[in-house]
Amino acid sequence: MAGLTLRPPRNRVERRAIGWWTAQSSLFALPVPIVFAILFLCIPPARTWFAWCLVGTLVPGLVYMAVMPVWRYRVHRWETTDEAVYASSGWLWQRWRVVPLSRVQTVDSLRGPVQQLFGLSGITVTTASTAGAVKIKGLDHRVAADVVQHLTRCTQATPGDAA
Amino acid sequence: MTPGSVTQSAASPPVVPWERLNVRLIPANMSLLAAPLASFGGTLLVTGGGLGLQALLTLGSILVAFLAVTGFGLMRFLTTRYRITDERIELRSGLLFRSERTLPVDRVRSIDLTANPLHRIFGLTSVRIGTGEQTSATGRRLTLDGVGKTQAAELRRRLLSRRDAATGWPADEDGPIAAMDWSWVRYGPLTIWGVGGLLAAVGTAYRTLHEMKIDPLRFGFVKAVEQSYGSVPLWFGLLGTVLIIVVLGAVVSTATLIEGWRGYRLERADGGVLRVRRGLLVTRSVTIEERRLSGVELREPMLLRWAGGARLNAVAGGLGNRDENRRRRLLSPPMPRAEVLRAAADVLAETESPTASAALRTHPRVVLRRRIGRGLIVTASAVSALAVLGVWLSSSFLYAAVICALVLLPAAVALAFTAYRALGHGLRGRYLVTRSGAFARSTVALKRADVIGWSITRSIFQRRAGLLTLGAATAAGEHCYKIRDVAVSDGLAFAEEAVPDLLTPFLQRTPS
Repeated sequence: MAGLTLRPPRNRVERRAIGWWTAQSSLFALPVPIVFAILFLCIPPARTWFAWCLVGTLVPGLVYMAVMPVWRYRVHRWETTDEAVYASSGWLWQRWRVVPLSRVQTVDSLRGPVQQLFGLSGITVTTASTAGAVKIKGLDHRVAADVVQHLTRCTQATPGDAA
Repeated sequence: MTPGSVTQSAASPPVVPWERLNVRLIPANMSLLAAPLASFGGTLLVTGGGLGLQALLTLGSILVAFLAVTGFGLMRFLTTRYRITDERIELRSGLLFRSERTLPVDRVRSIDLTANPLHRIFGLTSVRIGTGEQTSATGRRLTLDGVGKTQAAELRRRLLSRRDAATGWPADEDGPIAAMDWSWVRYGPLTIWGVGGLLAAVGTAYRTLHEMKIDPLRFGFVKAVEQSYGSVPLWFGLLGTVLIIVVLGAVVSTATLIEGWRGYRLERADGGVLRVRRGLLVTRSVTIEERRLSGVELREPMLLRWAGGARLNAVAGGLGNRDENRRRRLLSPPMPRAEVLRAAADVLAETESPTASAALRTHPRVVLRRRIGRGLIVTASAVSALAVLGVWLSSSFLYAAVICALVLLPAAVALAFTAYRALGHGLRGRYLVTRSGAFARSTVALKRADVIGWSITRSIFQRRAGLLTLGAATAAGEHCYKIRDVAVSDGLAFAEEAVPDLLTPFLQRTPS
C-alpha cells in the first residue's frame, strides 16, 4: 500500500529571512538579559545572584536566536498554482495550508518595519474563514508583488463563491 | 431632509412616517432607580442603621451610576426615530453624535427578539436586525431597543414578508422541530457550571460589602457556621462543604436551565430560516438562515453523557463574532440523545443525522499512548510538587502526595482511554464528521461543500509519531473544525476524499 505524504511547496522564502527572524527574535530574547546585565554592573552586593539570572536568561535566548531562524528557513515554503495557494510555516509546530483560489476574498501584502530593513515583504491571503488565511512571510518585494498580481488575476478569473 | 422636498412620481408609495420607540421606556428606565434605593435600604437593614462614610460613598457612586444609565436610556428614547419602507430600514439616533443608518430590507438575515425582565414587566422587546455579515459587527446591525411586544412581532412579520417578497422565498408552516419537555429538567443538575456561577455571585457580594467596609465574616449567621465547623472533625466539615456546594450548584444549574429554556421551541419559519424561541425571564428568539447552516454539533459534556443526554448546536455562518456565535448557536437544551439526533436530522433535512453513527474511523493506537503519557505527566508533576513540599515542610504533604498519586493515576488513565475512544472521523453523505473531547465530547457534522481550505498542523511530537491534525477551515461556526491526531497517510487520504482535487496536486505517494 502506498503511503500518502504532503510534498513540500515548491518555493523557499528568501535567504535574507533568516536575518529578519534573527533580528525579530532578538527583540524578544535580549531585553531581559540586558536588564540583568545592567543590574549586575550596578549592584555589586547581589552580583552572584544577577550573574545566575543573566546566564539563565541569556543562554536560552541565544539558543532560540540561533536555532529558530534556521529551522524556520528550512520549513517555510510556498507555492501558487492556478487553482490554489499552498504554504508551509512554523518550526516546532509546523503548519501546512491550502486554500482554493475560488474561495479567496482578499490578497494583501504587508511590510513591517523590520521586514523592510531586510527588503522583505509578506502576503496574506484571506478567505471567509478566519482559520483559512494563508500568510507567506519573508518574500522579496518584487516576488511578493508578482504573487499578489498573479493571485488577484486568478481569483478574478475563477468563478467566485467566496462569500 | 424633509419628505416634501423630494419630488416624487405619482406611482411612488406614500411617505412612511418616522416612528418612536415605545413610550413605556420612560417608566421602564425610571424604575431602574429602584435598585440603588433598595441597596441603600438593604444596607441600612443589615448594618442596623450605622453607615460609615465608606458605605455612603459606595452607595452614592452606585446612585450616580444608575442615574447616568437612566438618563442615557431616556435620552435614547427621546432621540431615536425609525421607519421601515419597502426597500430599507432607517434608524436615526443620538443627541451629540447624530447617527443615521439604513439597512436594505433584502439584506436582512436575522431578526432576534430579546426581552430582559425589566422590558417584560413593561411589555417591551428589543429587536435586533442583522445582515449576517461578519466583517464589522456593529456596522451591519440595527437594534431597536424597546418597542412594544405586539409591535415587535408585527415588525418581524412585516420585515420577513417584505424580504421574502424581495427575494422570492416561499413561506411555509410546519410543526416545531423540537419543543420543551419538562422531563428534561432532570438534566439540569448535570450542567455543573452552576457551581461556578454560585461562587462568582458569593464573591461579588463579598467584594461589594467589603468595599463598604462591612465585613460579612462578622454577621451572626456566618459566625454560627464558623463555630459549628470548629465542633466537628475536619473531614466531616470538608465533606459537608463539598456536599453543600454540589447541592447549591445543582439547584442553580437547574434554575439556569429553566430560566434559559422555558417555552423552548425550535421551528422552521418563513423564508428559509430556523427559529429558536426560549427563556423565562429573558425571552430570546434567534433566527438562523438555513442557507448559512453548514452543519450541526452534538455536544455531550461528561456528566450529561453519562446520563444519556446531549445538546445540539448549529454550525452556521452569520451569527456574529465568536462570543455571539457561542450564545446564538444553541439549538436545544440538554435533552435525550435520541431526541437530539432526531432534531439534528430534521434541522439538516436529512433522513438520519450524520452525527448518529457509531462506526466512525478510529485513530492509531499510538494516540492512546500519547494521551496516557500526557495524563502521567500531569499526575507526576502534581505528585512531585507535593512530595517536594513534604520533604521541605512537613510529612503530611508526603501522605497527600501518596493519596494524590493513588487517586490521580487511575483517573488520568481512564481519562486517556475516554479521550482516545472519543476520537473518530468519517464521511456521511454530504457531511464530514469529526468527534473528539474527553470532558465535553463534541461530534461535528460539517457540509463538505462548505470546507474552504485545509490547515494541517504537526507538533514535534506528532512528527515523531507519524501523526497530523487536519483542520477543515470554514466560514461557519468556530471557523476551523479539527480531526486530531490522525495517521499522516489516512488523514491526507481522508482530506482528498472529503473535498476532491483540492489537496491532490500537493500530495505524493511513497511506497511503504
